[in-house]
Amino acid sequence: MKLVLHLFRRATRIQVKRMVMTVMALTWGTISIVLLLAFGEGLQRNMARNQKGMGEGIVVVWPGESEKAFQGLPAGRRIRMRPEDVQYALENIPEIAAASGEMRQWGIQITYGRKSVNNRAFGVEPSYGDLRAHYPEAGGRFINAADMRERRRVLFIGNELRDELFGEGGEAVGKVVLLNRIPFTVIGVLKKKMQMGMYSGPDANRVTMPLTTFAALFGRTTLNNLVYKPADPARTEAVRKQFFAAMGKKLRFHPEDTRAFYLWDTVKTQGMMTNILFGIKVFLGVIGGLTLLIGGVGVANIMYAVVKQRTVEFGILMALGARRSAIMGPLILETLFLTALGGLFGIGIGAALVQLLGWLQGMAKSEAMQFLGKPTFSATLAIVTVAILGIIGFLAGYFPARRATSIQPAQVLRYE
Amino acid sequence: MNGNGRGLIELDDLRKVYDTGKTTVEALRSITLTVRENEFVSIMGPSGSGKSTLMNIIGCLDTASSGSYRLKGEEVSDLDRDRLAEIRNQRIGFIFQNFNLLPSLTAFENVELPLLFKGAPTRERRERTEHLLGQVGLADRMKHRPTELSGGQMQRVAIARALACDPDIILADEPTGNLDTTSGKDIIGLFEELHHAGRTLVVITHDQAIARRTKRIVHIQDGLITSDGPALQG
Repeated sequence: MKLVLHLFRRATRIQVKRMVMTVMALTWGTISIVLLLAFGEGLQRNMARNQKGMGEGIVVVWPGESEKAFQGLPAGRRIRMRPEDVQYALENIPEIAAASGEMRQWGIQITYGRKSVNNRAFGVEPSYGDLRAHYPEAGGRFINAADMRERRRVLFIGNELRDELFGEGGEAVGKVVLLNRIPFTVIGVLKKKMQMGMYSGPDANRVTMPLTTFAALFGRTTLNNLVYKPADPARTEAVRKQFFAAMGKKLRFHPEDTRAFYLWDTVKTQGMMTNILFGIKVFLGVIGGLTLLIGGVGVANIMYAVVKQRTVEFGILMALGARRSAIMGPLILETLFLTALGGLFGIGIGAALVQLLGWLQGMAKSEAMQFLGKPTFSATLAIVTVAILGIIGFLAGYFPARRATSIQPAQVLRYE
Repeated sequence: MNGNGRGLIELDDLRKVYDTGKTTVEALRSITLTVRENEFVSIMGPSGSGKSTLMNIIGCLDTASSGSYRLKGEEVSDLDRDRLAEIRNQRIGFIFQNFNLLPSLTAFENVELPLLFKGAPTRERRERTEHLLGQVGLADRMKHRPTELSGGQMQRVAIARALACDPDIILADEPTGNLDTTSGKDIIGLFEELHHAGRTLVVITHDQAIARRTKRIVHIQDGLITSDGPALQG
């Protein structure tokens, strides 16, 4: 090893210019891989956060039509869910942690002062707040049990709707708005969130009131849909079966009648999303890796040139009794040194760029940029980059070096 | 003088065939040769006769296609690369026509190289290198690079390098080919000194004057030994 270091020191004296070029190529490759992976990481984290915008690990249920005749009832019968069925489900399926019914009405006129907007109104239960991530801004609250019991005319409003009616960030809690000319008191404003998944529009520009108030106001007896959350996300499939069985008994349809309800299992779709995102990350990593590989090919190319140029020198060294390792060692060390240098610069510059981009993006207001998420440089990412660099560095040195020593010294020395 | 001591180099029916794809060239057809310890042999022959090929095989820089080569009783024709490197390092000292010094290194560093490969400690390397360069009369040129030396001086550095690990045998391929007459004579004088000090030398040359100063001349033509006998003492 001492010998290898000794020979390496002597060899590196000569080729500063070439080394600079190589290091630059590797730096460039490393920057690109760092940036791509950082964007991938940022996208993934953002997606993971956005997914939670609709609620975490929830299942949304819409009633359908029966497909099988059951207990003398014909097929093709509409299934109707009533508010009391939610309680029934909670009581009969212990594996459901929380549930809420949901009613909806489009085309509601909401007026405050002179401003008036047309949007959707929802009636839900208190548990809906946690289920669907309807968290209030400071100073407000979500619908509670007392609101339900007393059918209070209170409203929880979306933050964008608030911006429209009260001006951006305007004080809304405590104010009275007219809903189809009926006065309601605003009790809370939705805290701003990124929402990826949605049904019946985004949460940010709608109004929500107690289910009981909604039922009385619009004269409704059936739910548009129901939201429940399995206690254990891994058991979502089993809970679905239990739900069909229990509700089948109550609403009289065959427990295996799959058309009786339409289900949106966000646990399942989140799992899929996670896989897709992992795929995207791998894809970005591969692109970055390929860029880096080009840098590596550059190094290998240079090393081949070095080897060719120094063929006679290696022949002499071999004639003097240099073992294979004494010639390959310094060459591999040289490429490793070059890649390490390029990697160091690349990771440094790349990480700095990530910071800069993150800052720029924080300034930008565009939706697309927000969707992309803030690029993030993580320890895993650094390790992956270093590992790729190490492998490339070693290979770029190994093959030229092997070629250098694969011939008999006599063949080389005859060159002149 | 030739004939005393045991066989240092023993070649038996050695052949070397170069396969260039379409044609095959028989560089050595059947060489049987013994060189004993403390012999001073010259190998002569026209260019293309195979003498350099023979030298390369003796020097373990190349391998024979068939036949046997025993160095001090050890069969070397089937050794692996690292073992051959070791033999080149410690048992053979090779001197080339074009010196083959490393231009980026000083005279001292060039001579030190074989000792580095051998793994000798720093102190021993320094002492041995200084001693050898003194022996070839270059004690005051140690820090010079090859480009700052004359041809004769370069070849003397190469000789010092060949002696670095105290080899069993010194091989020289046209050692005076690139030198003027005076320098050439100096080198031959140095070879004679080494011979008197008990070393074994094999020299390739096509210079009659040099060959005559060795003790035994082997003629090669078309890959075959055509004559082998004592040199006429001049």
